[in-house]
Formats: sequence, structure tokens, C-alpha cells
Amino acid sequence: MYCDSSDPPDPPKKQDPEPKMNWASFYAVISGVNRHSTGIGRIWLSVLFIFRILVLVVAAESVWGDEKSGFTCNTQQPGCNSVCYDHFFPISHIRLWALQLILVSTPALLVAMHVAHRRHVDKRLYKLSGRSNPKDLEQIKTQKMKITGALWWTYVISLVFRIIFEVTFMYVFYMIYPGYKMIRLVKCDSYPCPNTVDCFVSRPTEKTVFTVFMLAVSGVCILLNIAEVVFLVGKACSKHLNNAGDSTMGAWIQQKLCSY
Amino acid sequence: MSWPALYNQLVGANRHSTSLGKIWLSVLFIFRVMVLVVAAESVWGDEQSDFTCNTLQPGCENVCYDQFFPVSHIRLWCLQLVFVSTPTLMVAMYVAYRNHRDKKRLLQGSGRAGFLSNKGQDGELETLKKRRLPIAGALWWTYACSLVFRLLFEGGFMYALYAVYDGFQMPRLVQCDQWPCPNLVDCFISRPTEKTIFTVFMATASSICMVLNMAELAYLVAKAITR
Repeated sequence: MYCDSSDPPDPPKKQDPEPKMNWASFYAVISGVNRHSTGIGRIWLSVLFIFRILVLVVAAESVWGDEKSGFTCNTQQPGCNSVCYDHFFPISHIRLWALQLILVSTPALLVAMHVAHRRHVDKRLYKLSGRSNPKDLEQIKTQKMKITGALWWTYVISLVFRIIFEVTFMYVFYMIYPGYKMIRLVKCDSYPCPNTVDCFVSRPTEKTVFTVFMLAVSGVCILLNIAEVVFLVGKACSKHLNNAGDSTMGAWIQQKLCSY
Repeated sequence: MSWPALYNQLVGANRHSTSLGKIWLSVLFIFRVMVLVVAAESVWGDEQSDFTCNTLQPGCENVCYDQFFPVSHIRLWCLQLVFVSTPTLMVAMYVAYRNHRDKKRLLQGSGRAGFLSNKGQDGELETLKKRRLPIAGALWWTYACSLVFRLLFEGGFMYALYAVYDGFQMPRLVQCDQWPCPNLVDCFISRPTEKTIFTVFMATASSICMVLNMAELAYLVAKAITR
């Protein structure tokens, strides 16, 4: 916790173990869901943690660390720096990315909650049917749930939410910072700046490089999510087609396909 | 003692919560504690060093900062999160007390009867430790009290934040004329927009938690009435 306000001018630069510990405990929570994901889901999770969270924590945070202290305006008027910085950077890239990563990872917890609920129901059924052998109960805990039925819907809904959150954040990013390039110089004339002053952004090229990188990885994650949705829908369709004898829907689809 | 340690404590008490209670705990740790630690703390990190007043008078900045920020948002949120998490420990303490009492009864009972083998007794003690108590009787009252306290703390802290800072918006400029400032000086707050965004986010998360607590309380009351 920041209790000493006479810190050096760029506090985020120091290697504070607390945020890393919290991303680490976040990783522990989210990767628990991994067991019930598809193969693409596991790839998505690895991409998320290695190319986004890890890059954010070890690299991007130090690039943006001096974003305010290194933002200099060509004036000695007190307050002009603060006001111009606030005008051009309503919310920092780093905070936007941190919020994006948190929101994008949470739909996975929907799946975890559903799995826990199903296990609870299974345990109850076992107990009612008299099989309250501790070995059987342990088996319920460790068995991998098949993505069928209600779990399929929960999983697909969580994927859809992930895609929506990713796209929303990319859109918000584009609205606040039109164009992905970080400019070197901004001109500002908010009160109390005496006239239109030149203000210089610190490390614009490095920031552009990281912004492009994070956006590219975001795009890759969206593609992985879409691929996973397509895979799940395809799997469900093929299952219905295989059970065409039992379901009229499957027979109808088969008939339609055969007519081509 | 740190946030992960608190998380471990609460997760232990979580076994005896309802499903809404488990959702509440996830919302608390992911959308409030995590956001506070990974994002909000760096936004408020330079709140005093970058608080600039349009004067060279020594001491004026300190005095004006102190007048407009009696308690920082970050400290208020940390206190709020700590206070809001503690009623759950009431439930954990009650469960521990129940287990202790039942264990004593079990040992006394087996001592008097004398026919339970050691293995049977160990098995019974293990089930005692691992069992999940139904939320009825005195546990129901303890749980309901803890929910009421959670709601009071959440509401109290949100009101305190609103009252101290006159709303959730952070202004860019404040005017100050405390001694030793020579006259009415303009003082500029650093990153006001970002601070407003995070204040609104944390207030929203707080309200969601309050709604979850109220829903849980309503569910418990309904369950008790139907019983």
C-alpha cells in the first residue's frame, strides 16, 4: 500500500511484488477452469497469460511507468502539465489493458461454477442411490466433465461474452486514442496554460510498438475464441447428425444435405 | 498479512456459504481487490507528489492537499474491503466452535461406550471436519447477522466516500486559501479523469456486492420461512 507520499517521481517502476502476486493468484483461479476447456481453450489461456499478462507486467508497465512524470510542456505555468496530461490521457493504456484482461478472463468462471454445481448434483444423486463410498465421491471430483447439454450452452455463452468484451475494449481504445500510433507532440490550451503550449509525450515509439503488439495479440485471442465457438457448434451438429435416427432435426438436416 | 492471505482465510470460510455467497466472494476478489491492486494503486500513486499549486510559498501545497484529501480513496477502499470481509470470519468462528463441541461430545460418547475402535473414531472425526453444516438454527442467525453487517459496512463506506469528496467526480482544479497560502491559489489535481473512472468503477462493484448480499439475505429468509 502507498503510505509514503514522498516516493520517487515514478512509483510504478519499482518492482512491487504485490501486483505480481495478485496476477499469480488470478492465474491460479483461472487455470483451474483449464481442465474443462477444449484444446483451443487451453491455447487461448496460454496466449492470454504469456503474451498478454506477462508482457503487461514485465515490459509494458515500465514503458508507461513515467508517463506522467515524463510528460513535459513548454511552459513553467504550474498546473498546465497536469491539466494537459489529463486532457490527452483520460485513462492510461495500462489500466485499460488490465481491466480488459480481468473482464475477458472472468466468463471462464461461469464454466467453473457450472461444473461445481453439476458435481454437487452428482454427489447428491450418488448419495441417494446409496453409493456413498468415499472412492466414488473422489471420482466425481476428479472426472473430466464432457461439454454436452447445459454445460455446452454455458461454455458457448462464456465464449460469446469473451468475444464481446474483447471487441468492446478494442473499440473503447480506438475511441479514446484514435489511431494506434502514439504521437510525440500534442498542443494544449486548457486553463491554466497561458496560450497554446507544446507538450511532449515520453517514449512515443516504444509505446506505439507495445500498443500494436497488445492489439495484435488481442486480435489473435478473438480469432481463437471464434474458432472455438465454430468447433463446439460443429461438434454439436455432427453429434446430432450421428444420432439422426433418434432425432427428427438430425434427419431433416441429413435430408437437406443429401439433396445437394 | 496481505491480500492473498485474506483470500485464503475467506475461501476456507466459503465452504459454508450459499451459492450467492460464493459469487459475492469472487466478485469481491476479482473486481475489487485485484482492480485495486493492479490498477487503482498506480493511478493514485503520485496523488501528493503531483498535486501542484500555483504558488512558490512553502507549505501551501501540503496544507491544500491535506484540506481537500483528508483520507485518500485508496485507503478508504482498503479499509472498506477489510471491514466487508470480516463478517465472514464470524461464520468461520461459529463453525469452528460447533466442530469443537461436536468433537468433544464424540470423544466423550465413545469413551463411555468403549466399543468404538480407534479407526472408527478417526473416521468419525474426519467426517466431522469435512462435513458441510446446513444453514439452520444458530448458524442461520450468525450467517444472517454477518450479511447485515456486510451491508452496513458497504453502505457506510460508500456514504463516507460520497460525503468526504462531494460526489464521485474528481475535479481538475481546486481553489485554496488556507494559511500559509498568500491568497486564493489554484491547485491542480493529477489524473482527475482516470480517478473519476476508477471511483465510478469501484462504486459500481460495491453496489453489485450490496445487491448480492441483499439477494442472499432474502434467499435465507425465504428458506427459513418455507421451513
